[in-house]
Parts: sequence; structure tokens; C-alpha cells
Amino acid sequence: MQKSDCIIGVEHVSKFFGDKAVLNDVNLSVRKGEFVTILGPSGCGKTTLLRLIAGFQTASEGVITIAGKEITQTPPHKRPVNTVFQKYALFPHLNVFNNIAFGLKLKKLPAAVIEKKVKQALKMVGMTDYEYRDVDSLSGGQQQRVAIARAIVNEPEVLLLDEPLAALDLKMRKDMQMELKEMHKSLGITFIYVTHDQEEALTLSDTIVVMSEGKIQQIGTPIDIYNEPINSFVADFIGESNILNGLMIKDKLVSFAGHEFECVDEGFGQQVPVDVVLRPEDIYIFEPSEAAMLTGTVTSSIFKGVHYEMMVQTPEGYEFMVQDYHCFDAGQEVGLLVKPFDIHVMKKERICNTFEGKMVDATHVEFLGCTFECREVPGIEPETPVQVEVDFARVILEDNEEDGRLTGEVKFILYKGNHYHLTVFTDWDEDIFVDTNDVWDDGDRVGITIAPENIRIVQSTKKEGSGK
Amino acid sequence: MMTKWMAKGYLWLLLALLYSPILIIMIFSFTEAKVLGNWTGFSTKLYSSLFTGGVQRSLVSALWNTFAIAMIAATVSTLLGSIAAIGIFNLRSRTRQVMNFANAIPMMNADIITGVSLFLLFVSFGVSQGFTTVVLAHITFCTPYVVLSVMPRLKKMNQNVYETALDLGATPFQALRKVILPEIRPGMISGFILAFTLSIDDFAVTIFTIGNEGLETLSTFIYADARKGGLTPELRPLSTIIFVTVLVLLIVINKRAEKSKS
Repeated sequence: MQKSDCIIGVEHVSKFFGDKAVLNDVNLSVRKGEFVTILGPSGCGKTTLLRLIAGFQTASEGVITIAGKEITQTPPHKRPVNTVFQKYALFPHLNVFNNIAFGLKLKKLPAAVIEKKVKQALKMVGMTDYEYRDVDSLSGGQQQRVAIARAIVNEPEVLLLDEPLAALDLKMRKDMQMELKEMHKSLGITFIYVTHDQEEALTLSDTIVVMSEGKIQQIGTPIDIYNEPINSFVADFIGESNILNGLMIKDKLVSFAGHEFECVDEGFGQQVPVDVVLRPEDIYIFEPSEAAMLTGTVTSSIFKGVHYEMMVQTPEGYEFMVQDYHCFDAGQEVGLLVKPFDIHVMKKERICNTFEGKMVDATHVEFLGCTFECREVPGIEPETPVQVEVDFARVILEDNEEDGRLTGEVKFILYKGNHYHLTVFTDWDEDIFVDTNDVWDDGDRVGITIAPENIRIVQSTKKEGSGK
Repeated sequence: MMTKWMAKGYLWLLLALLYSPILIIMIFSFTEAKVLGNWTGFSTKLYSSLFTGGVQRSLVSALWNTFAIAMIAATVSTLLGSIAAIGIFNLRSRTRQVMNFANAIPMMNADIITGVSLFLLFVSFGVSQGFTTVVLAHITFCTPYVVLSVMPRLKKMNQNVYETALDLGATPFQALRKVILPEIRPGMISGFILAFTLSIDDFAVTIFTIGNEGLETLSTFIYADARKGGLTPELRPLSTIIFVTVLVLLIVINKRAEKSKS
């Protein structure tokens, strides 16, 4: 990519509300004419990023450039971008024509030019002859078309779209997606599109930016993101997937679900814990036979229109989601097979909880803002900073907040075939990761306890390894 | 059947009690008798003498003062109140609650307290009391009502509209004028009418701020007139006219409120 090609540059941008970081050191470069989608769950900072580019908010740190010019502090009316909002935001006191002409009139263009441009824009969005209609009399889809026309009539360098189709019904949304894609092609300008709908992102974009918790997780083409998710969050968020704990035995050989499988991944090292992703449509399902790599029993089978979605339980205790055109009924014995290139191996972000703490006395250690009892560690002076390690499976969650040493909120749940991997945001503002067989819901308040024998104290020699 | 009849009867009794004083004034405005309560036959003479200068000049000037004060006070408080409402609306929710509360206090406060405190304020600053102080006082108690009638319009507005205007190239001032103002205009008009009627019928605050230079408004004139012994007969048609005017204004406000709801 050439530098001159870059229309929008976001460099080391952070945004804080109070001391909460909504965006954390975000870097993004958008090429001219690209259709970029910023995808993420609600509260991941995607809308904030868009609002920083539009200029409705200013970055706390970092630099934003448009066409090579720095605009970090430029007010919105001086930026060469236009925005389409989720709730249309049409001016209710103006008719369709005057809504679209709003920007042109501010530029003091001659009336004849304005009329011509407005008509062109209306034609572009398929709303010819609606000029003198009252905006309140239009349907949601029509209002959004007017909002798009009002933005593109100004011929911006970049069109920003903030979940523009979220308020429309499914059928209308699908139609509008196609129209937006057509529009992008014929206008040739850059689109930056914010959505939480992964299907929409896969359908529309040249490039997808997956965000979570104020950070960019992965940037890539829809095919890259789908086929080669960089971590378990992306794998879980984009499409359906089976995510399992695995062990990379050596290059091209990985073990998971109690069996060893040939794969195509290399360079992870030997005997390294990894995450394994299998897409449900990549698993072959058939009557039990010699070819089966795994056997199991179908526990449920649901017709989804094009395919059947079946849950298969293996004797080793793992559950797989399988999609296939053929139906296998619940209770049936089946064989499963995965081809080597359909096994996606991802580096684990962490293999156990690691916290910065300090010793209180020989049998007590302080971390996450609480004092925990631990096994006697000889030879460490009180007040010595240490690293504390706790295995995911050794963290105990309690229904009653009062029963725990500290409290937190379940914020992310990942099903790993035979257990759940939870991210719990503690009230000390740090995450703790938990493996459990119990079912919890997003947003559940929990108490957290850790038994003394499960707290490992590692004398911190250097800073290395912190946060890993 | 019986309970229904009684409920109806109660309602009519209540309405009769509420409106009989006004009805009496209205009925007796159409007779010539000097003393209220004597019916000397139907006549519109009091109306014609009201408009042809048959009354004291001081009543005419009081009427004129009242109108001028109401006009200025309503205009200024509409401006101040609308700007304040926009400001309060854009505060963080915590500060906004505090400001809304602060805005509600003057409305709940007894008029007499407002009057006395303004009187003390003007005296302690050595401001000579007269037309200006009355106008200032009226602006003071009218503004919160304007804030209150503009606020719902702001809340109803699509919150992205202002940003959209900026996005399309409007300066913040242009966005205010071309987008926010048309959106809140109905609230401003309602607020203006409300302020106008409040100003016209105020007595308690006016009497404390009007000074002793001989300035009279309608309410202070009637008060003085009544104390001199007996009301000037022309006050009967005048009251009728004011009542009907205020009634019409109130109907207009309510109709507007209904329309904006639908």
C-alpha cells in the first residue's frame, strides 16, 4: 500500500471518558475507495471511533489524518466527511428536497446547480419524484435513503455510516445492503461502515476491522477474517464455530478432543497449548465407518432452511456443532471427519491468570485489591512484589456475591466444547478468566473465591512475562 | 343511576363556585348601574365609554403600562429561557437534574417572597424603582416557565439532528438557527404566551417593585381604586375583555400542546 493511497489515518488514538478507556491505542489506515467495516459487539468503541473521525468528539491521545492532513482537532463542519446515522436524523421541518439541499445551500451554490444535484442524488437512491414530500410521511427505509442522499450530495471524500440499517426490518435491510454496495461501486468514494452484524460486515466489506473492548483485534478481508481468525474472540464473533482447547504436539500435528489430528499449521513449537477452531460447515458427518476420526451421538438436529444444524456429543465428552445438508436424527450414532486445512490453530492469549501482587506475610498475598490466604512461601519478605498465577479451572464462582472474596461481572462467555471459558470483569477493574462447567449468563454478578492451594506465587525477578 | 346523578351534580356545583364571580362581572358589564349588583337594564354603554375616553386617564395609562411590560418581559424571558433550556439540556445528567431543580424553585416560591426579596435587592443596590424594575422583576419570574415549556421539545428532538447539521457544513451558530430553532419554536411560542399572561395578571411582585413615582399597572390600579371606595364601573367590561383574551390564549396553548403530542 502506498502512503498517498491512504485517505484516513488513525495513529495511536485513545479516548478516555473519565478514567475509563473507550479506545485504547487504535491504529488504522484506510485506502482511498475502500469499503471498510468496523465490526464489534455493543460497547466495543466502534461508534466512538467513527465519531472521532467525523469530529463530534475529539481524541484524548493520538492523531487522525484525512487525505494526509491532520484533522484531530478540526470541528466537524470543516471536515471532508459526511455521516449517515442509525436513526436517520432528518430535519423534520424541511421536506425531502430541502433536507438534501441543506449542505449545498450552506455552500451558497446557485439554485439551478442545487436542483440538478439534488435530483441526481435522489435518482441515486431510487427516490425520484419524492422531492416535495414531507419527511414524516416516509417509511423507515425511505427516510434512510433520503439521509444517504443528503450525505452523498456533498460529494464527501469519505462517507461514514453508523449502523445505518439497524432500524430496518430484515427484508429491507438485505435490499439496502445490495444497494449500498452498488452505490459504493458507482460513487467510488471511501465508505466506513459501523455495525455489530457480522453477516452484514462479511457481505459488504473490502476490509473488516474487528474491535473488542476499545482495541482492534484483527484487520483483514472478509475471507481472511472468517478463515483465519486471529484469536478465539474473533472466531466466536464471526460466524458459528467450535472452539476447543488443543495441544500443538509438533509442526502439522495437533491434539484436541482426545485425539490427534493432522493439520497444516507450523511454527508454534512443540507441546504448546493452543486454541483450535472448527467451522461447523467444515465438519463432515456420516454413518459410522472406518473413515471417521471421531464418533459420537447426535443430541439435537434443527432444520435451518438451507442446512441442518446438529449437535454431536463424543464419548470423550466434547460437543461439536455440525452443519450439513443431510439430516441425522437425534440419538443416531455418527462418524465425524475434518480435513487438515479446515483445522484452524490459534495461539492462546494466555494459559493461566497472572496478576501483579505483593506479599502481606508468609501465608498471605495481596492481589486484585484483596488479601488471599496462600500456601506458606518461605524466604519472601512482606511487601515484596510478586507474580501470582491461578489456573482458569481453579477459580470458583459463587452465586452470592457476598460469598466471594471479591466480586465481578461476567462479560464474555466462550463455549469450548466441554466447558465454558468466562471472562469476569472484577470490581478491581481487572479481568479474571475462569473455566467452568456451570452455565452463567452475560452480565451475571458473581462472587469469586480461590482456594489457598491453588494460588501459585512466582517471585517476580524482572518485568518480563507481565500481562502474558 | 343515583350515584351518576350525584357525581354530575357535584361537578356542576364545583364549576358554578369556580366561575360565578367571573360570570357576575361579565353579566353586570352589560348594564349602566354605578354600583355592582343593581341591574338597570341591558346596555353596552360601559364598553363604549371604556373605548371613547370616558374613563380616567390613569386607567388608560395603567392598561398601556401593563401591556408594554408584559410584551417586553415575555420577549426577553423567551430569549433567556430558550437559551437556558438548550444549555441545561446539554449538561451532564447529574448537573442537569440540579439545574432543573434550581429552575423549579422560583416557580414554587410564593409570589410575595419573590416580591419582597426583589424589593430588598433593588433597594440595597440603590436602583430607583419604576418601569425598569417592574420589567426586570417580571422577566425573573417568567423565565423559568419558558425553560419548562421549551425543554420537552428538546427532549423530543432526534439527538443526532444538531450533529448532522454540523456534519453537512453548518457552523455551530448556523446549526442552532437552521435546525434547533425550528424544532423548539412551538415550545418558545407557548412559553411566550404563558409569560405574557403571567405578567399581565401579576400583582404581588409588581406592587413591591413599582416604586412611588406614580407608575400604575392594571392590577395596582384596580387595587388602589377598590380601596378608594367602590370600583370604577368601566373595570367590569375591562375585566371581561381581559378574561376572554386570556381564555382564548389558553385555548390556543392547549390546542398547540395537543397538536404536538399527536
